[in-house]
Amino acid sequence: MSASGITVAAPGVTPRASAPALWLGGLLAGGIWLGAAAFTAWLPDEIEVGRTQELALLAAVLGGLAVLAALTSGLFGEAGLKLRKAGPWLSVLGLALIGWEWLTAKSGTLPLPFFASPQGLLEVYLEDWPRLGESVLRSLWLLLTGYAIGAFAGFVAGVALGWSKAIGYWVHPVLRLIGPLPATAWLPIAFFVFPTSGSASTFLVALAAWFPVTVLTWSGVVGVNRNYYDIARTLGASQTFLVLKVAIPAALPQVFVGLFMGLGASFSVLVVAEMLGVKAGLGWYLQWAQGWAAYGNMYAALVVMALMCSGLTTLLFKSRDRLLAWQKGTVRW
Amino acid sequence: MVSANLQTAGSAAGMAVGIHGVSHSFQLEDRPLPVLDDVSIDVQPGEFVALLGPSGCGKSTLLRLLAGLDQPSEGRVVGDGADITAPDPSRVLVFQDPTLYPWRTVQANVALGLEARGLLKTQGHRVGDAIRLVGLAGFEAAYPHQLSGGMAQRVALARALVNDPRLLLLDEPLGKLDSLTRLSMQGELVSLWQRSGLTALLVTHDVEEALILAQRVIVFSPRPARIAAELVVDRPYPRHRDDPHLVELRRQALAVLGLDS
Ligand SMILES: Nc1ncnc2c1ncn2[C@@H]1O[C@H](COP(=O)(O)OP(=O)(O)OP(=O)(O)O)[C@@H](O)[C@H]1O
Ligand SMILES: [Mg+2]
Repeated sequence: MSASGITVAAPGVTPRASAPALWLGGLLAGGIWLGAAAFTAWLPDEIEVGRTQELALLAAVLGGLAVLAALTSGLFGEAGLKLRKAGPWLSVLGLALIGWEWLTAKSGTLPLPFFASPQGLLEVYLEDWPRLGESVLRSLWLLLTGYAIGAFAGFVAGVALGWSKAIGYWVHPVLRLIGPLPATAWLPIAFFVFPTSGSASTFLVALAAWFPVTVLTWSGVVGVNRNYYDIARTLGASQTFLVLKVAIPAALPQVFVGLFMGLGASFSVLVVAEMLGVKAGLGWYLQWAQGWAAYGNMYAALVVMALMCSGLTTLLFKSRDRLLAWQKGTVRW
Repeated sequence: MVSANLQTAGSAAGMAVGIHGVSHSFQLEDRPLPVLDDVSIDVQPGEFVALLGPSGCGKSTLLRLLAGLDQPSEGRVVGDGADITAPDPSRVLVFQDPTLYPWRTVQANVALGLEARGLLKTQGHRVGDAIRLVGLAGFEAAYPHQLSGGMAQRVALARALVNDPRLLLLDEPLGKLDSLTRLSMQGELVSLWQRSGLTALLVTHDVEEALILAQRVIVFSPRPARIAAELVVDRPYPRHRDDPHLVELRRQALAVLGLDS
């Protein structure tokens, strides 16, 4: 009996004893990327763009790294195995680069100014990075402050609604009336009422996150198995203990659903607020680029925005996986 | 089985329990559903009483009244002479369903009562003792979804025992165990009860289990539960199921339950 024990296996990757020394998929991907480099460097451009040689160099470096990884991935253990999984994607991305390069820069099938070539994007990043970088920071700041305020307020409101009948009496009708209204509908009033466009936008982002977090936290708290409370009460738990140590942890999976929905809502409000009010951030950058018909800049900003939103979502997933490690069978992002 | 010494804090003599003319009914849709009908039981401090009865007759309901989770519609439930109006850690109920907190490890689930009362710092060692007592050493870090039904039930038992209760209310705590573990847990229960002097009320479906464990067996009628018979089991521990005296009592109990073919 005393020898019993458990080990919790890490989900997903099953470590294998020895990986084959040579990674053929990596060699293929490396070859494709080197090919893309040669294709870019030696075929003449149909349209007028700079930075072609830099793009070729970048592709060559990536190809070289892939080849290197293919030869040495056996040495990296776990990380090497993860890299191997990405092999097919690396190859397809290399092919996509060749196709894109062909359609834009090399043949001109997709004409300027509406379509950007790979080197066109690279040019934007190399030349306009200070402005783009500042826009990212401004967007991030606005998003994170607004989202943090909204999520916190929503969490508190949700717990209060689920816990206290008196609070529910007053907050519930307000929630029902105001909650479903899209946060963007407040835009004109917000910019008029708040002293600065920054604070108005923070408010709007917070509002967008607040509603789903409130509703789902609330439903999470209400849905807690009554027996959990009975158990804690027979063991001498106080009201505070019931809220903090029973209701909230039990509701946490639902809270995270609300946090995800709130994050999505705050992304869209962020872009609109930046386009219409703040004159800074990625939303503003997009509009500014459109105004100057700088479509390359627009695509570049879109890519950055996608990375930012995806990164934040990943961060949220990671924190959920940490906090809710006790759950089984959850979606992996 | 590890014989852990879950030492009682000395003072913990058993609680005297009085159930005086208790009737209880639930409101179902529009009509009342009577569940307990004029039940009166007196339990001496340190006594071990088993409650037997058909499914759905109201045994769990009676335990909830004793735990202070519900109030009887009529009559009084009394612990040490005082009316039971609210839950208290001196009376601990082990639910029929283990209902462990899925977000807590075995260790943290068992520690729940100490944590709720702010005793974890000073008495944290009791957690390990209780886990060993139910034979789950090595599973401290496991989450409930990694346990079998019987293991979960044993964790629920440990979670109750760690609080050093004076009245232990057990709602079929061994229901999900395999017969071997069940036997050894029955032995552990008896020795725990003898060591600590607590009062124990055990609900069970198993006539044999009631006779092996309890000093007195109360048999209920079908719903609404009324006391149909009371059997005094005046045999020394440890008991053996082939003891002719117990076999005779078993026959009597089954007859009251209407199961003697
Ligand atoms: N909260 C409740 N609301 C309405 N009816 C209830 C409630 N709890 C129990 N009952 C009813 O009371 C009756 C007795 O329930 P109880 O759980 O006490 O039975 P039991 O004797 O413990 O049965 P079992 O041996 O199957 O566990 C049942 O008919 C049940 O439907
Ligand atoms: Mg029951």
